[in-house]
Amino acid sequence: MVRIILPYHLKMLAKIIGEVELDVAAPVTLRAVLDALESHYPMLCGTIRDQTTGVRRPMLRFFACEQDFSNEPPNAQLPAEIAAGTEPLLIVGAIAGG
Amino acid sequence: MSKVRVLVGTRKGAFLLTSDGQRQKWSVEGPHFAGWEIYHLKGSPVDPQRLYASQSSSWFGQIIQRSDDGGKTWFQPGTPAGEPMTTPEGFPKGESNKFVYDTSPETGKPLTTHQWYDGTQHPWEFKRVWHLEPSLADPDTVYAGVEDAALFRSTDGGKSWHELAGMRGHGTGPQWAPGAGGMGLHTILIDPKNPKRLFIAISSAGTFRTEDGGQTWQPINRGLRSQYIPDPDAEVGHCVHRIALHGSRPDVLFMQKHWDVMRSDDGGNSWCEVSGDLPSDFGFPIEVHAHEPETVYVVPITSDSLHYPPEGKLRVYRSRTGGNDWEPLMNGLPQENCYVNVLRDATCVDSLDPCGVYFGTTGGQVYVSADGGDHWNAIVRDLPAVVSVEVQVID
Repeated sequence: MVRIILPYHLKMLAKIIGEVELDVAAPVTLRAVLDALESHYPMLCGTIRDQTTGVRRPMLRFFACEQDFSNEPPNAQLPAEIAAGTEPLLIVGAIAGG
Repeated sequence: MSKVRVLVGTRKGAFLLTSDGQRQKWSVEGPHFAGWEIYHLKGSPVDPQRLYASQSSSWFGQIIQRSDDGGKTWFQPGTPAGEPMTTPEGFPKGESNKFVYDTSPETGKPLTTHQWYDGTQHPWEFKRVWHLEPSLADPDTVYAGVEDAALFRSTDGGKSWHELAGMRGHGTGPQWAPGAGGMGLHTILIDPKNPKRLFIAISSAGTFRTEDGGQTWQPINRGLRSQYIPDPDAEVGHCVHRIALHGSRPDVLFMQKHWDVMRSDDGGNSWCEVSGDLPSDFGFPIEVHAHEPETVYVVPITSDSLHYPPEGKLRVYRSRTGGNDWEPLMNGLPQENCYVNVLRDATCVDSLDPCGVYFGTTGGQVYVSADGGDHWNAIVRDLPAVVSVEVQVID
């Protein structure tokens, strides 16, 4: 069970309270997690990565186990703690005022 | 008695303002989509309960929302409330947020780039939907004007979108360049007498017309003169801020350009300046009275560098002669220390008699005049910056 923490606005958009928990088959990669997330919450398609190219939206970052995975290849495996659900994958928006 | 519903898009959500036909007492409801930029929302002329909204964010991109009950509830058209979230094949239904430029050999060629700020060529990149224009005949058909400038159409209620690529690829595309606010296709006018005839406007490319429902396009900018481009009389490159027409005379177009208020009497084939005695002919919106085709409204601001009203006095200007002779309308509007702006999609008129005129400001006020502009009242004063205002009259 993979745990995902989304930004406020995406939780509101998908009507999610708290964390998301998803079954993701091994190997647990960023691409696999995002595929599973969009499959369960299709209203999020395009909000995290471009629907055509799959490229991460520029003002979002991916963090896992205190490491920055934002610029890792989509097929890079996430840490075992993410796959095991002991640590969440954080999808974080750039800080902004106003 | 008729009911009036004003649809307000702001930097932080959408608001619905409702009143009876007197337009004196108002209810304010919102924010919908709190925290998101709502560039535009508009109702279908055929089915007023059908509303479309463009919800966007620099973080999360573009979302299309639809309501079938006049704004009480909203859903993404590809994922209607209560329906399965995936297709029978198991694919997600996020199609309604998908705006992909047409690159197909059949309809998307030639592929083009456009001019970047520094004069180099730059690929088209989708950023957001600036304007939604529902069909005059079919509630499921709606046009979307987007940044970077292109025209999309949905014929299934906003579920899927397809580019009318002939507009972007007709030939002058490589000469188009963004203004400071981006290269947005912001105005879509449908000729009520001939639905295959559309007029669109782009900042900062100019105005274009199709006679065949969007397959082929031509620039219609003859007579425009812009000192801020290398060739002031160029075929394209003019920063048109908005165009407007009256449904009874679709060959007569009015334009608020970056500088200059313009008029065409031949469907855009040629333009002449009608700025006349305006205190400034810089501004963003332009609107035509619902029942008087020669009565036009603009909201001048000081200059391209000073985006606020001259002398800090908020004044709408009305011409009853189709331009040139303008009168200031100020009764009920702030006449000191006012430094707001009125954006291009933030004015509208209703179809009641007397005609109601509405506008929203970057200071969060929405004003109404229930008598064609003679007297104004603020419906609300403290919304987020207003981006768009549309009105519906519901019998």
